[in-house]
Formats: sequence, structure tokens, C-alpha cells
Amino acid sequence: MHIDEIKNGLVLDHIKAGKAMEIYRFLDLGSLNCPVAIIQNASSRKMGKKDIIKIDGVLDIDCNILAPICPDITLNVIKDGVRVEKRALELPLEIKDIIKCKNPRCITTTEQELPHIFRLRKTKESIYRCLYCEARAEL
Amino acid sequence: MRSLIDILDLKTEEIDELIARADDIIEHPEAYRDICRYKKLATLFFEPSTRTRLSFEAAMYELGGQVLGFSEAASSSSAKGESVSDTVRAVSCYADIIAMRHPKEGAPLVASMAASIPVINAGDGGHNHPTQTLTDLLTIHRTKGHFDNLVVGLCGDLKFGRTVHSLITALSRYSGIKFVLISPEELRLPDYVKQDVLTEKGLDWEETTSLEDAMPKLDILYMTRVQRERFFNEEDYLRLRDSYILTPEKLQTAKKDLTIMHPLPRVNEISTAVDTDPRACYFQQVLFGKYIRMALILKLLEL
Repeated sequence: MHIDEIKNGLVLDHIKAGKAMEIYRFLDLGSLNCPVAIIQNASSRKMGKKDIIKIDGVLDIDCNILAPICPDITLNVIKDGVRVEKRALELPLEIKDIIKCKNPRCITTTEQELPHIFRLRKTKESIYRCLYCEARAEL
Repeated sequence: MRSLIDILDLKTEEIDELIARADDIIEHPEAYRDICRYKKLATLFFEPSTRTRLSFEAAMYELGGQVLGFSEAASSSSAKGESVSDTVRAVSCYADIIAMRHPKEGAPLVASMAASIPVINAGDGGHNHPTQTLTDLLTIHRTKGHFDNLVVGLCGDLKFGRTVHSLITALSRYSGIKFVLISPEELRLPDYVKQDVLTEKGLDWEETTSLEDAMPKLDILYMTRVQRERFFNEEDYLRLRDSYILTPEKLQTAKKDLTIMHPLPRVNEISTAVDTDPRACYFQQVLFGKYIRMALILKLLEL
């Protein structure tokens, strides 16, 4: 399978197999005008199978927000056809307005204007808890 | 300006200070009679809780202050759709401190972010109830004189009981505490509390279904209610219900200086025959609740 090399953009590698579409929707990549390639079930020495997303365009987001969903992702930044950065994602200390609290008793369910804020409580297990009710985030 | 939302907002030294202040209030009530003169406590109770509200109100009156507020959401502006933030911004213009009970978890935190005066969480759903925990801590300290090296039995509904979770969290910061978790299998302490508090802090604990077996070891027995609605079927409830009712017979093997506590209200989990036992401290606990709230109001008002 051949996919054109990207000129300026991002490659999200080592996505857990089966998670690519979730990330595609999460980042709303369908709304981009640039080429986006999704490779599913690619073979991986490290993971057995993995998904990859290639975006041939500038994406103005902090990719660390993907870490709670899929902590294994490797981020590759491509400029002028050359990889200029390769790094693992870091779990952000706080996630704001990315996911919603699912606890039906949480104050955010009735006060719609409140920001949905989750704080990292356990780095090792990627556990985030709601700032208000402390319910564990469902990622 | 400080608020109290979670018991862990207070360092152990601050809890010690509050307990010392409450002790002083108990010893010298006359010295505190006028200390909150011209100060107003707003009791914003978005759901009814007669005991907690009266405790806060009694506390403020005994400090010479005044009280305003409401006791249910229907009589507040939230019935018209006002947000918690807007309500407390307005109340900040009338009062000096707020005690808030709300059915939604996290509402007092939201209030503390919007208010220009201190907010005390008087219970938010099944989440936090820090003044109950302070009450429990004062009761333990008044009866035992210390927190270290106690064997604390927690009996009944350990799964849903927020008072139990908060008390375990608060006591886990002291040394040599051992917990004996007494409950039916269905109502055991949740794994996340065991993992996050007991295991992570390397505390000594054991789990049992038998109150009788645990009884001789205990310095503190904290009873909670086994509620019918927590069971999937009536048969299981009826089978287990009586095992967790404290009676004079079950107390025969207990230590002479056992402290029996209960957050109240009691339904049938402590026989009324136990009430006259000198080890029964649950009504004293109510009184201590008022004193520790007095100490807390003074601390947050910096008086």
C-alpha cells in the first residue's frame, strides 16, 4: 500500500489498533481541507498491529490532548518533507472542554455554562478526575 | 479567603488547630458568646438536611452571629433557574460566610469559585461532607485523646457511605491506624478507596462480615445504616439486616473504653437499649458537631 510522503504536517504513529477513527473524529479531521490518510492494522514490531494517521497540513492543536485517549502515540512533525521532531505524547495536567463528565449527579449536568475540567490524578494509569465531582473520566 | 470543600483542604495541623479551638469553646463558652457579633452566616440548603442546617445555625447563634438562608431549593432562586454562581455572588453581598448543601456533586466548589466570602461544603450529593468528618474527628479526639494507633471498626454500608470514605481518608494521615471493615459482601468498601487510600498509604486493614468477630479488637466502632434500597432483593436484605444491628449482647466482648459512633439519623442499626451504655457517643457526636462548626466558622472568618 503506497501513500504519498507528506510535505508539511503530522504523522501520528503507534496508535492502538482500532483507535484511529476515534482520534479522527475527536480531532474533527474530516473538516480539514488537506489530505488525511488513515492506515489501520499496520504491522508493528512493538505493538503487533497499530494504526497511523498522516495529515499533510498544519494542525493548530496541542497533540498532548490525545495522550489520555491513546498514550502510546508517537508524534512526528514533518517540515519540507523532513521529520524535524519525533516524541511521545505527554499527559496534560488538565483537560478542559474536551470530554464531558458522565456522572449524572455532577453539577456540570445542570449548569451548562461550566467548563468541563478534568485533572490528572495518576500519571501511571492515566487517571483523570472531574474537577467538581471527582468522577473518573471515561476516555 | 479560604473555603472548606473537601476534608483534604485542611492540613493535619489545621485539623489539630480546629480541635484545640473546639476544646477551648467547650471549656470556655462565655469567651465566644459575642465573637461573631454583626456577622452573618447564610445557610443555602438546596436540599433539606435538618440536622446539619440546625447545627450550623446553632453554631453561629452561639458565637453571637446571625443567620439567614433557605432550607430547600423550592424556596430559593434556583427554582427560577438561577445558577449556583449567581446565587452565591448575590448572597456574598448579604452575608459574611456561606454553608451550602446541594444535591449536585461539586456545587460547593463552583460556589467557592464565584463567592467573595468563604464557603463551607455542608454536603454535596454522595461526594463530600467535610464538617461531618470534622465532627467525627473531634468525637474521636474527645473520647480517646489522640488519633494514632487506634483500631477503627467501620460497620454497615461501606460501599455508598460517604461519611465512611471521608473518615478513612482523614484518619489515613495519622500513624498506626488500623481499619476493620465490617460489612456484607454486597456493601464492601469500593476497590478505589482500598487502592487509593489504604494500599497506597500502606495502612493496616482487614475485611470481615462478622461484627461479633471484630468487636473485641476495636477502639472505635463507627456504625452506618444498611439500607434496604441498596440490595437487589428483599431476601438478601432480610438475611443480612440483623447481623449489623448493634445490641447490648454484641457489645459484651467489646473493650470497656470502646467509642460507639454513628453519623445519624439512626433507623434500627443501633438498638435503643445501647443508648444508655456509657460507650455510646452518637448523641455527644451531635453536640461536638456544633462545636467543631463553631471553630470552623471562626477559622474561616479569621476571628
